Amino acid sequence: MSINATLIGQMITFALLVWFTMKYIWPPLFDSLEERKKKIADGLAAAEKGQEQIILAEKKAIGVIKEAKEQSSEIVTLAQKRANEIVEESKDTAKKEGERLLLAAKAQIEQEMQQAKEGLRQQVADLALNAAEQILNAEIDKAKHQDIITKVSKQLS
Amino acid sequence: MSTEAHAAEGATGYIIHHLTPLHFGEGFWTLHLDTLFFSAVLGGLFVWFFKMAADKATAGVPGLVQNFAEMLIEFVDNQVKDSFHGHSKLIAPLALTIFCWVFLWNFMDLFPVDIFPLIGSIMGIEYLRVVPSTDLNATFAMSISVFFLIIFYSIKIKGPWGFAKELMFQPFGPWLLPFNLLLKLVEEIAKPISLALRLFGNLYAGELIFILIALLPWYIQPVLSFPWAIFHILIITLQAFIFMVLTIVYLSMAHEDH
Repeated sequence: MSINATLIGQMITFALLVWFTMKYIWPPLFDSLEERKKKIADGLAAAEKGQEQIILAEKKAIGVIKEAKEQSSEIVTLAQKRANEIVEESKDTAKKEGERLLLAAKAQIEQEMQQAKEGLRQQVADLALNAAEQILNAEIDKAKHQDIITKVSKQLS
Repeated sequence: MSTEAHAAEGATGYIIHHLTPLHFGEGFWTLHLDTLFFSAVLGGLFVWFFKMAADKATAGVPGLVQNFAEMLIEFVDNQVKDSFHGHSKLIAPLALTIFCWVFLWNFMDLFPVDIFPLIGSIMGIEYLRVVPSTDLNATFAMSISVFFLIIFYSIKIKGPWGFAKELMFQPFGPWLLPFNLLLKLVEEIAKPISLALRLFGNLYAGELIFILIALLPWYIQPVLSFPWAIFHILIITLQAFIFMVLTIVYLSMAHEDH
């Protein structure tokens, strides 16, 4: 169990192994580990970011929906207002039309009445003239008393 | 304990045979071929597996091999980050190599004690000790390498004078300089010795117990070797872990500037 030259051989083997490990084994494996660590960290960060973005998008969507609701209710209010206006307008128009028709009818009635009056007056005048003619036919010359008849007829109107 | 050992018969002979390495050469220039061979093969296995993972390494979904390699890398990296607060391109790969290599050495302990010597004897190899961590040379080679790194980094970070000051003036101030120096030297030298002997002692004792169990009648062996093997799974991992963590701690101490 003595120490001998085996020691030197073992030391050389050991040195070679350490050198090889240091040069060809440790760096690639360690780098791949570090790289994977980084990848995982990046992935997690990206996932977190995505989550945040989803929350943001949800907030935004809620805002948009709220705005749309407000707009639509505004539109409805405006439409109602407009409808009321239209109803009011048509009411007014109808009223005016009615009044106008009434006035026209009144005017026509007036006119017809006037015509009837005129006719009646003419007839009365003709009757009176006829009667007077017949009465006076015997004694009075028609031409002689034309002036008086016209005066009377004018008084009738 | 080599030449006369295999002449011994019976239980003692069996034990000694199992703990004698396949050696070549004389005196200091003896080489334990089995230790060199198995540790190189296991080192190659470690490097091959991780190289395969490293070549296919992607930041995407990892495969089975990459997953396992990354698990170890992450584990080692956490250990390094826990005790070492600086930047070093060496320490983490060093720790990974130590952990995996020592673990694989120790893992050889879980193979039945007779399998490899049996294969060896068929192939004409007389002695075969397959667990490199039961060879002091293997454990010391690693701990002395770590010790050199400690010295190297101490001098590199603190400067030669800074390191010398630390050796001379701590912990008791300049008036007790010789005492400080003695204390510090013992402290520094104790590091590689304790590292190597801890690993060696645990595994040597573990292997010895496996060999002792193997000496018992076959119907008793499973009752003892099964729980011991399970317990040993813990020990081999723990020893590899301890070696790695202490290496990191020693090196981070070397990096600390007071």
